[in-house]
Order: sequence, then C-alpha cells, then structure tokens
Amino acid sequence: MKKILEGSRAIAETIRNIGVGVVSAYPITPQTHIVEDLAKLKADGEADYEYVRSESEFAALSILVGASAAGARTYTATSSQGLLLMTEVIFNVAGMRLPIVMTDANRAISAPINIWNDQQDAVTMRDAGWIMFYGEDMQETVDLHVLAYKVAEQALIPVMVNLDGFVLTHVVEPVEVPESKQIKKYLPNFKASERLDVKNPLTFGAFATPAHYMEIRQELHADLAVSKKLIAKEMVEFTKVFGRRLSLVDYYGDKNADTVVVTMGSVLGTVKEATDELKKSGKKIGVVKVSILRPFPTEELSKLIGKKKNILVIDKSVSLGEEGILAGEIRRNFYGRSQAKIVGAIMGLGGRDITKEMIKQTVKLAGKTKSQTIFVGK
Amino acid sequence: MKIKITAKPGTTSQVKTGNWRESHYPEIDHEKCIGCSLCEQVCPEGICFKTGEKNKAGKFFYEKDLDWCKGCGICAEVCPVKAITMREEEK
Amino acid sequence: MKKYKAPLSHILNPGHSACAGCGMIIAARLVTDTAGPNTILTNATGCSEVTTTQYPMTAFKVPWIHSLFENPSCLASGIYHALKHEGKDQEVNVIALGGDGATFDIGLGHISGMWERGDNVLYVCYDNEAYENTGYQTSGSTPLDANTTTAPAGKKSFGNPTRKKDMVAIALAHHVPYVATATVGYPADLVAKVKKALSVKGPKYLQLYVPCVPGWGINPKDTINVAKLAVQTGYYPIVEYVDGELTNKMKITRKKPVEEFLKLQKRFKHLFKPGAEAELKKLQDICEENIKRFGLM
Repeated sequence: MKKILEGSRAIAETIRNIGVGVVSAYPITPQTHIVEDLAKLKADGEADYEYVRSESEFAALSILVGASAAGARTYTATSSQGLLLMTEVIFNVAGMRLPIVMTDANRAISAPINIWNDQQDAVTMRDAGWIMFYGEDMQETVDLHVLAYKVAEQALIPVMVNLDGFVLTHVVEPVEVPESKQIKKYLPNFKASERLDVKNPLTFGAFATPAHYMEIRQELHADLAVSKKLIAKEMVEFTKVFGRRLSLVDYYGDKNADTVVVTMGSVLGTVKEATDELKKSGKKIGVVKVSILRPFPTEELSKLIGKKKNILVIDKSVSLGEEGILAGEIRRNFYGRSQAKIVGAIMGLGGRDITKEMIKQTVKLAGKTKSQTIFVGK
Repeated sequence: MKIKITAKPGTTSQVKTGNWRESHYPEIDHEKCIGCSLCEQVCPEGICFKTGEKNKAGKFFYEKDLDWCKGCGICAEVCPVKAITMREEEK
Repeated sequence: MKKYKAPLSHILNPGHSACAGCGMIIAARLVTDTAGPNTILTNATGCSEVTTTQYPMTAFKVPWIHSLFENPSCLASGIYHALKHEGKDQEVNVIALGGDGATFDIGLGHISGMWERGDNVLYVCYDNEAYENTGYQTSGSTPLDANTTTAPAGKKSFGNPTRKKDMVAIALAHHVPYVATATVGYPADLVAKVKKALSVKGPKYLQLYVPCVPGWGINPKDTINVAKLAVQTGYYPIVEYVDGELTNKMKITRKKPVEEFLKLQKRFKHLFKPGAEAELKKLQDICEENIKRFGLM
C-alpha cells in the first residue's frame, strides 16, 4: 500500500522492515532524517536493531565492520564529508568481503563547503570495490536497498545505494515501502559462512605479504565484475516478488533517435520532461538511465547506445582537470567500439538547479561544440 | 569467493622459531626447580611448561621446548632459585 | 638429553615473530589466557598484530579481528552490539588490544566514543612508549627525554621534549568503572587485574607497561628486570581505580634512584653524558611526583 512519506522516512522504514541487526551512523546533512527516523523507530519499540551512536562516520563504519564480522546484518548512511572521512574503512570493508549496505545521500564536497546535492562524493569511492547503485526516484531507491542486501550477502561485496541529497531525501511522495513479509519471501536471514565465533576461532584481517596480496585483490576485482550477472538475476527475482521493475540501464524516448542523453540519479526526471518537450518541437532524442556505476554496465549500455551518433553525458561530478566522471566511464568503455561524438556536460554542482531549459540548451550546444567537456551552470 | 582470507587458529606453530637462537639455550636443573611457574609466566613464546614429572624433592619441574625457544634468557634471569642456566649451543 | 614437547595449551601459540624477550607478547599471552576461550579479540595495527598474524597463519586461538590502526575500539563496540542483538553478550568477553600508538594518539577519539557509549568492552593498551613496530617513533606515551627516531637525542636535543599523556586520567574522566595499570614485571598482579576487569560490567581500561627490546635498547633477558625497576623507582605507577576511587597501588618497599632504571636502556644513554644532569633531575622529579600523587611509599 502506498503511503505519502518523506524520502528519508521511506528508507528508514525499509531498513527496519529488512530486519537489520546493527545500525550505526553519524548525522550529516542531508542524511540526518534517515538516522533520526531509525532512532525514533527504535525508541518507540517499533524496531529491534541495535542502534549504536558513533563519534564519527569513520567510527560508524568501523563499528559495522566488527558487527558484520560477528555475523550481524548491518546498515549505515552518510554523505559527502562523512563518506570521505570513512575512506579507509570503505576500502577495508571491501577487502574484508563484508556485506555491509550503506546509503549515500549524495552531496557536494568541500571546499568550498556546500550542503546541497551533487554526485562528487560517492564517485570518489568507485575504485574501492563496492557495488554502487543510483536511484532515480524514491520508490526505486527504497527497492534498491532490498536488492542491495540480497546481492551483498551472496557476493560478499558491500553495496552503496546512492540518492540525490535533499532532492530525494527530503521530498514527500507516495511510496510503497516494502513490507517485512514480502521482504522475507525475497531475502533470507543472513547467515555468514565465516564469522567471529568462539566455537570456530578464526582470524580476520591478517596481513598479506607480496606473496599473497595480489591474488586476493584480483579475486575481489573478478568477483565485483561478475556480480553484474547476479545483480541482473536478482532484479528479475525482485520483480516477481514485488511487482516493480529494476534494471541496470534503461531507455526512454525515441528508439531511433541519433542523439541520447545519458545520466544517473534524480535529474533523469527533468531530462525526460525536457525530452518530451523537445519531441513536441520535432527534435527526437533518447534518454539513457544508468542505475549502476560499479560494476559498470558496459554491454548493456552498448546495446542501447553503441550505434548512436551523439552522446551527451550529464555529470554532477568532475574528475578535476579532466572530465566528468560518467563521461569518462563512457568514453573509456566505448573507445574503439563507437563512432559517436561524446560530449560531457558538467551541471548541477553544489546544488545548482538544472532546469528543462538548461537541458534543452545543452542538447543544442553539444551538437555544435568542439569541446569534449562543457560546464553548464545557467 | 574461493580464496580464504581468514586464518586458522594457532597455525603459527608450524614456524619453528628455535632457529632464531644464535648462541645460547636455557638448561633447567630439574633437581633445583621448585615448580614455582614463574618461568612459564614470563616466557614470551609460551613454551616453558610443567612437565608432569617429579624431581627428588617431589616437585613437578618445568622444561622448555627448544623448537620455539628464541634464547632470550628471561627465564634464567627471573628464576628465584637459579635453576636455569643459559648454556652455549654446540655447533 | 630428553627432548621436551610443549603442550601448546596457551591461547597464543608460539611460532610468532615477536622479538626475543618481547614484553608485549608476554602481556598478550597473560591477557588471553586469563580471559579464556570465550573471548573475541579486536586488535589494532602494530606489533601485537604484525608479529602474530601473517597470512595465512595466526598465533591466536580465539576469534580475532584486525581492521585498521585506529579502530579496535570501534570493532569491539560493533561485536558487542552484534552479540547483544542475539542475546549472547553475557557469554563472551570482548577485548580490544592496541599499543600506545593506537591508544594514546590515532585511536584516542574512538576509545572516547566507546567509553561514552558504555559498551561492555575491556580495552587493553600495551604501553611500550613509542610506535615501536614502525621503527621506534615518538607517541603520545613517550616519556620525557627518551631517544626516539622522530624526537632523537642529538647535539641540540635531549630527545622527546614532552611528558606522557595521562590515559588513566582520561579514562577516569569518562567514568570508566575499572581503570588500572599493570606490568609484565609483576605477572601475577597483571593476571589478577585482567580477571577483576572482566568481572566488571561496562567499559574497563587496562594499561600494561611492556618493555620493548629493540626500541628501548635493552638486553632481551632484562625485560622483566626493567619493568620491575620502572615500578620500584616510582617511574611507572601501578594503580587501580574502581568507580573512580583509587583502591589499590603497588607500594615501593625499597625505592631505587631513577638512574638504575634508565641505565639499562640505550634510549636514555645520552642522559649519562656530561651536560645532561638537569635532565636526569627532571626524570627523578617525575618519579617523586608519582610517589607523592599516588602514595606509593
């Protein structure tokens, strides 16, 4: 049944319904409502997870390392500066193959300090070995959290679910929060095959010399790449149980369009509306949604845009000095395979509004420009 | 995930650190030993132990396992009755 | 000569790469044996981790986890809450182990958080007064005038210019119900304190003074002697606080001058050169201050 809820509340209820054992998170705007709602659910006796206050984001994720290694299902959430503060632990979690799930309410990174939405924070962690999803709207985002646990606990790879801070965390919309009973049909109880257990006293986190380190890392790399198959399979299973569709990539608009706009996250809503308006005035473009950054959906994207002439990538993040992050991923993946002109437009940094007009202008500009990367702030 | 990244308990015992000893090893005089257990308490390797055999005075005496003894000499230093002597190893 | 085989009945097996005469590993063995097999241990990066857990081996026979340098306290909190969620927190000891680097410096804020939460965890700091594992660099626990690699004694320096942080006072400021210092110099006292600590509900802090053979420049056979002298000079007070009250202290029966402690260690040998007399007096004054403050005589 759909309820009208704030995005953060929908996530908190979903996590409660999933049946998490230990929650630890440090408040940071714009994630705060998620952690406050989780605290209130516990305080009112409506949740039974251990809610562990932490002294920083680094501590929150480290607490989960201990809890997860001890066999608990765990959850945390953060943004921006908090994510960066946890960097050491983020790499540690993936290397230790712990199935921790984290929400990142994407927010711009200091300096200058800015609390509004862009996607720079999470992309800085794309090398860490985590699976990374991006939600377009609140419904998809809460659904991705359920999928996240299903995938993490089988692949033994941690999962980050990204949503645009404020835009999705603070919006109030009708959402169908997955119920506990439904979730139980899809997600079994977490049973770690190896954990901190006095009956089987193993050592976790031994130090690996050059003789051993490389193959361990190589396996994580391979497992992360192969997890795409598992994710696709679990998305199909998700639809069977919940009736809603999840996908690695998606296409909207004219299938025969020569020009596509590719992007991630909530801006897709505005892009789709701009596309509808452009269609009315005779310009047909396609919109490609990327729901997963790691592992990167190269083959799936190739099917959708491999033969297109013009690809405009909208990025809310930038590899400073070079290009937009998603644009870089696409260029890398399509080099030698695609004849398309690829233009990366950096937009929306630090919460700068992205309007339909701006998108329409950018589509026009991308057709004319000789630059590979353009910043569009107005 | 095929590679086990955890380690099985106590597996360092396969490393025989007795080969760290350069010149001396501890020799325990069974008859002098009063079974106080101080040598066992302070051995960094944890390989000084009660043997379960009694000396003439009726005390269970202690011994060292030279497979792991690094020859630090702490046991000889702390023994209250000087029952332990660091002897030169035969080459 | 009959060859005797060790029964390998300790929680810590031999075959680890701790130095001959290592004070830390003696402490680790005494702590884990006293805690027993119903224990989960979290460990900071440092000597206690590097010498014992080179993949794919481990010396430990209890469940053990190392993550980063500064977070054994966080791990311990997480494990405690995971056990609590399953209703098993009363059955298992959770112990966090870190050196003075992990405890006094990089991990201090996190220990503070764990203590503020009141989690039922024993934090054991093995205090060898420097970052010994990485090459004897200064830590917040390095005493005045010790020669370390980042505060070396030289033509214009007497070594470390600052005094030790008082972690015992910091623990007391967090209302930690059981706070004590002990040393491998007196193993029976150390064992008794581990037992006592584990019988207390809530956070507890044990700081164990452990000589470091290469870092302090001592003869390996002198580890216990040096630790004892630290106590007998008043240099390292052995105290016990229960609910904030000083309930126990190791009294000095025959006080020794601080030189007897210092002269066994190469890290203080520069203080025996001409021109360093004032520094020796400073160290003696620290001993007198401790004796007075804790009533050690």
